[in-house]
Amino acid sequence: MNFIVGAFKPPCIVSISFADGRTRKQVPLKKENGHTVMVPLFQSQENIVGEVLIEPIHGKKLEHTGVKIELLGQIVRELDVPGELYEKKTYPFEFSTVEMPYESYNGVNVRLRYILKVTISRNYVSNIVEHQDFVVQNYTPLPSINNSIKMEVGIEDCLHIEFEYNKSKYHLKDVILGKIYFLLVRIKIKNMELEIRRRESTGSGPNTYVETETLAKFELMDGGPVRGESIPVRLFLSPYELTPTYRNINNKFSVKYYLNLVLVDEEDRRYFKQQEITVYRLET
Amino acid sequence: MLVGNGIEDEEKWLAEGIAGIQHHAFYMHRALDANNLRETLKYSAQMLSELRTSKLSPHKYYELYMRAFDELRKLEMFFKEESKHGVSIVDLYELVQHAGNILPRLYLLCTVGSVYIKSKEAPARDVLKDLVEMCRGVQHPIRGLFLRSYLAQVSRDKLPDLGSEYEGDADTVVDAVDFVLQNFTEMNKLWVRMHYQGPGQIREKREKERSELRDLVGKNLHVLGQIEGVDLEMYKGTVLPRVLEQVVNCKDELAQYYLMDCIIQVFPDEYHLQTLETLLGAFPQLQPTVDIKTVLSRLMDRLSNYAASSIEVLPEFLQVEAFAKLSNAIGRVIETQVDMPIVGVIALYVSLLTFTLRVHPERLDYVDQVLGACVKKLSGKPKLEDNRATKQVVALLTAPLEKYNDIVTALTLSNYPRVMDCLDNGTNKAMAMVIIQSIMNNNTCISTADKVEVLFELIKGLIKDLDGTSVDELDEEDFKDEQNSVARLIHMLYNDDPEEMLKIIYTVKKHIMSGGPQRLPFTVPPLIFSALRYVGYGLQLVRRLQCQDGDVVGEEVPATPKQIFQLLNQTIDALSSVSSPELALRLYLQCAEAAGACDLEPIAYEFFTQAFVLYEEEIADSKAQVTAIHLIIGTLQRMNVFGVENRDTLTHKATGYSAKLLKKPDQCRAVYACSHLFWVDDQDGIKDGERVLLCLKRALRIANAAQQMIAVTRGRSGPVTLFVEILNKYLYFFEKGNPQITTDAIGGLVELITTEMQSDSTTVASDAFFSSTVRYIQFQKEKGGALGEKYASIKV
Repeated sequence: MNFIVGAFKPPCIVSISFADGRTRKQVPLKKENGHTVMVPLFQSQENIVGEVLIEPIHGKKLEHTGVKIELLGQIVRELDVPGELYEKKTYPFEFSTVEMPYESYNGVNVRLRYILKVTISRNYVSNIVEHQDFVVQNYTPLPSINNSIKMEVGIEDCLHIEFEYNKSKYHLKDVILGKIYFLLVRIKIKNMELEIRRRESTGSGPNTYVETETLAKFELMDGGPVRGESIPVRLFLSPYELTPTYRNINNKFSVKYYLNLVLVDEEDRRYFKQQEITVYRLET
Repeated sequence: MLVGNGIEDEEKWLAEGIAGIQHHAFYMHRALDANNLRETLKYSAQMLSELRTSKLSPHKYYELYMRAFDELRKLEMFFKEESKHGVSIVDLYELVQHAGNILPRLYLLCTVGSVYIKSKEAPARDVLKDLVEMCRGVQHPIRGLFLRSYLAQVSRDKLPDLGSEYEGDADTVVDAVDFVLQNFTEMNKLWVRMHYQGPGQIREKREKERSELRDLVGKNLHVLGQIEGVDLEMYKGTVLPRVLEQVVNCKDELAQYYLMDCIIQVFPDEYHLQTLETLLGAFPQLQPTVDIKTVLSRLMDRLSNYAASSIEVLPEFLQVEAFAKLSNAIGRVIETQVDMPIVGVIALYVSLLTFTLRVHPERLDYVDQVLGACVKKLSGKPKLEDNRATKQVVALLTAPLEKYNDIVTALTLSNYPRVMDCLDNGTNKAMAMVIIQSIMNNNTCISTADKVEVLFELIKGLIKDLDGTSVDELDEEDFKDEQNSVARLIHMLYNDDPEEMLKIIYTVKKHIMSGGPQRLPFTVPPLIFSALRYVGYGLQLVRRLQCQDGDVVGEEVPATPKQIFQLLNQTIDALSSVSSPELALRLYLQCAEAAGACDLEPIAYEFFTQAFVLYEEEIADSKAQVTAIHLIIGTLQRMNVFGVENRDTLTHKATGYSAKLLKKPDQCRAVYACSHLFWVDDQDGIKDGERVLLCLKRALRIANAAQQMIAVTRGRSGPVTLFVEILNKYLYFFEKGNPQITTDAIGGLVELITTEMQSDSTTVASDAFFSSTVRYIQFQKEKGGALGEKYASIKV
């Protein structure tokens, strides 16, 4: 195999490095092949500065019609005019204050990626292309309005509860506090859980795909309460892999989060009430 | 699930649970050894998940819990050493809360929380509050109870108590108390809830299981009791009201009973005393089925012991009016709990009585008040049939006796006899016996007629037939015992003051006369002797007064002995009418003698008359006659009150009756006994030698006749015993100087006997009697002196 690979070996090595690559924070990113790699993390309006290094395989001449780097889908920088390369050459690049309003996202049916792409254009033969992923995460300040979620629900003459979550917007390392107050209990409750569910919808109109995942199942109560009991809620979000809530990203997709309160009776019937919460990334 | 093999299944499930704990604990230990926090948390949570089972009874669940508990101690050690796992305690406190299942999460939280408090990185108050609040998540009764029990266990040495290292500016004993109270409240709610869960048919079993868990709940009260900072003020203001609120509101029989008892046992006596009103106020609010009497009794017992512990605490009891409060409370409880069995009611009164006897021994009115309340409750109802209730009443009645060791005290209690009335006849008698025993044991003298009256009212079960039973049904021996006791009792009723004594005698008479034919033979004699003793005393008094003034001061002697004798006469009369003539006769004679001693000739004569009448009319049995006639002779002989005429009449009668006895030997003996009636060996006694001789001669004639009669009927001569006896009489009067008894006569008699003896050699006894008599004569002869000279002329 080696020699065959060798035969189609690109005539040069292309690598992209970032100016602050050593100091910049790296985050894991799951590639399509399932492998996780560490990639640098940026946020919107940052300068993306670095170098592209092209090193022809020893003794070979690399003829090209131009070298360019693009921040995929957005910005293209010409790095070289058409010519020939005999030895390694580095091309610094800089994308200043790039607007990257959307965060990288790796969902079930949708991915949002940021990629640097270096293209060495050639005549007659295929272009040489090199990709470098990086991740964008944008931080949100503390929301100025953050009401609690409070609601009374029930089944007539059977079960009445009032629940309260202290906020409607939680940051990723937040803790959900609240309580469940039992106003009427005529069923034999076995236990109660709080679930965190993620709802990812992609496409639009008739082609909308919705995927719902349960990210957390957190038992709040063991056994059946009587009327008047109040059960505390304290759920730390940090152990779970959440993302911020994304609403209609580029008209392509949305990611929403829900708290689902589930009561299970002794016959394993489930009673639940789902409430949307907004998840955001708090500047640290 | 099949009911049949439920127990086997349970064993299996327990075994599985223990195996599970061991399995996960093994990996946990490995993680601990490797200082691997992540793994430690993972395996400890898995281990604790075994406690999520619903299949075990409380008893088995406890076993499982203890296994987990031991493992948690190791975990706690690990958490304490930050250097091992490298995570600050604050972070650790969050980290364990990531666990998805609530039960393991909360056990871990409590464990870390305990370390957290110890580290003092946060105020103990905040951590405790958080823990006790978070534990609300477990609403399953058994699991919740054990979880909270674990919390109580790990926190008990970390409470911000007064003087504890956890006490600080922010942490005060108030927080400690709040924490324990809250945990207690929640545990009690869970415990009570167990009652309502599951199907109805296994309720009994479940109540038993519940009962096994009660100490978990009660432990909180123990902790409260041990908190140093709970002073009286705090107990009064916070602890007691909140605990009672929970107890009352839970409306659960088992819990109310247990917790009230717990309160009483756990907190200091002094606190109970100072909060008596509050504590007692809770009782009427309890469920009607709660066994209040036991709890209240224990409270009173405790307080009584407290009172007994030191004299210094007694003022406290007075200050808080403990008795009045307890009394009211009991009244209210009885009023509220209409269905309380009578035994319970009385048991309450017994406790109250014990209390007041110990605390206020000087307050007899309290004792009477308790008895009165009891009477009120018992009156208007048929006599007690419940054995246990009867026992309680006896206890109620015995307590004052034992306390005061003095029946006189009990006699001042107006309600005492009324309580006795509530007893059935048998118990009433037994109680009466107890009272008499008490009097005898303490040698108590009952010295006023009023008290005697009350006493007889108390023991009336022994004095007369009560409704419904007749003497025939009684065991004869018991009856004798009882009546003998009454007889002994009568001797305890006396007073040195004649006036009072007379009243006593009248009172006693009044009561014993109602006793009926079976009792009179037992009760009359002691009365007679008691009265005679009084007469003797009265006599001395009369004499003394005479010595002083030379004349009797009438007013000073309230009753003349005459009156007493009249009374006695009636009394004995009653006895003779109930077929105890022999006894009556003896008593008449006794009285006659006493009357004689009092110089009351007519009365003495009257008594003798009565005795003779009885002899004539009532005593038919020949043996009884013999005894009676000898008694009459003996008594008459001793009396010197009679004038010549009366005495003649009486001696004549006696001699006449003697000669009319059925058997010749009896006649003979009676007649020679009569000889003494004419020779009283006193200074101024009668000495009629002629009539003595007449009697003796008559006796000889009868003896002769008897001898002949034997010879006729048996073909041989009879024993000479009678002759020897008469010989002895001769010798007696000879020695006493009766001139009518001559040496010749004696010699003749000796000869006669000798002759008789030759014809009859069978009688060894009379032989010996005779020979010793002869020896006596010889002895006197040889002894010489005045008597010897007299004897010298007797020929033998």
